[in-house]
Amino acid sequence: MMFEDWQAFIAMGGHGLYVWMAYSAAVALLIANLTGLGVERRRTRRHLQAQLRSRTEEGLDASEAP
Amino acid sequence: MTLKKQMETASRRKGWSFGVGGEPFGGKPKALKQFWHRLGSPKWFYQMSGPWQTTFVILAVLLLVTGMAWGLAFAPPDYQQGNSFRIIYVHVPAAILAQSVYVALGAAGVLLLVWRMKMAQLVLENLVGFGAWMTALALFSGAVWGKPTWGTWWVFDGRTTSTLVLLFLYFGLYALRRAIPAREAAGRACALLAVVGVINIPVIKYSVEWWTTLHQGATFKLTEAPAMPASMWAPLLVNVLGAYCLFAANLVAKLRTAILRQEQGAAWVREWVAGAGRP
Repeated sequence: MMFEDWQAFIAMGGHGLYVWMAYSAAVALLIANLTGLGVERRRTRRHLQAQLRSRTEEGLDASEAP
Repeated sequence: MTLKKQMETASRRKGWSFGVGGEPFGGKPKALKQFWHRLGSPKWFYQMSGPWQTTFVILAVLLLVTGMAWGLAFAPPDYQQGNSFRIIYVHVPAAILAQSVYVALGAAGVLLLVWRMKMAQLVLENLVGFGAWMTALALFSGAVWGKPTWGTWWVFDGRTTSTLVLLFLYFGLYALRRAIPAREAAGRACALLAVVGVINIPVIKYSVEWWTTLHQGATFKLTEAPAMPASMWAPLLVNVLGAYCLFAANLVAKLRTAILRQEQGAAWVREWVAGAGRP
């Protein structure tokens, strides 16, 4: 550890504002990106499920897909 | 005998092949050719790539968390820049990804224009947002590093301006795809823009050498040892590797979702949708 205590770590020798802005943007983007991948996958699956259901309810042959 | 079979037989006999997508690696070993053809098959890719995605996500998170904590708390401060230099561990990986994603789009553009590879169109359609966000992060982290180091958030010099152009190229790809309703035509237009835009990548790379600039030179060079000590570049290396794993995770995950949407008529997708399991 390069810092004596937590306060020094937060202050970053007077550059705290800049360092923490850059790192919080990176962490926020990382979290948003990774959760976004999961959300997109689940949304696609629900969408395709709904489509399949409506096709079956209409009595169409499910194998005659677009 | 079908026409296709006749052509294949003829080509085998005479030792020549029929153009598009037939023999991209004419003389290369069979295994490589097979892998190439399979990679072009959405179904094969989907069925193989589940474990790849999990691996890349886990690796990306492990490497990036390690690299950032290391860079923030354990790397020594720079003798001139003090602690603001720690922004390098965010800025450089983001900038490397911003350019690598664009090069990948350019490569996908070539594959689409020359071989009409289906998967290349999916890459072009689904990777633009990720690249644009990485470029935005590179510009933002550069600005907050510039303020304490250069005394200004922004300056129009070679490196920053060419990176801004990169962001606009991503915007262009995004807008172009939405402006053309026909998917195939949009794909070809985007492929062309992606390929032509690759010219900007060497401009970004050499901008710090061609023009007088506030921006510092390259941190890593292939031909020389880094100018900084290992305690400084090791966490950067970890983060760059983590960034590439994040790139791979995004590529695989976005392709998998896009394949489900594109192939929704296929029997194997309907089975996956109806059942609980993965094919």
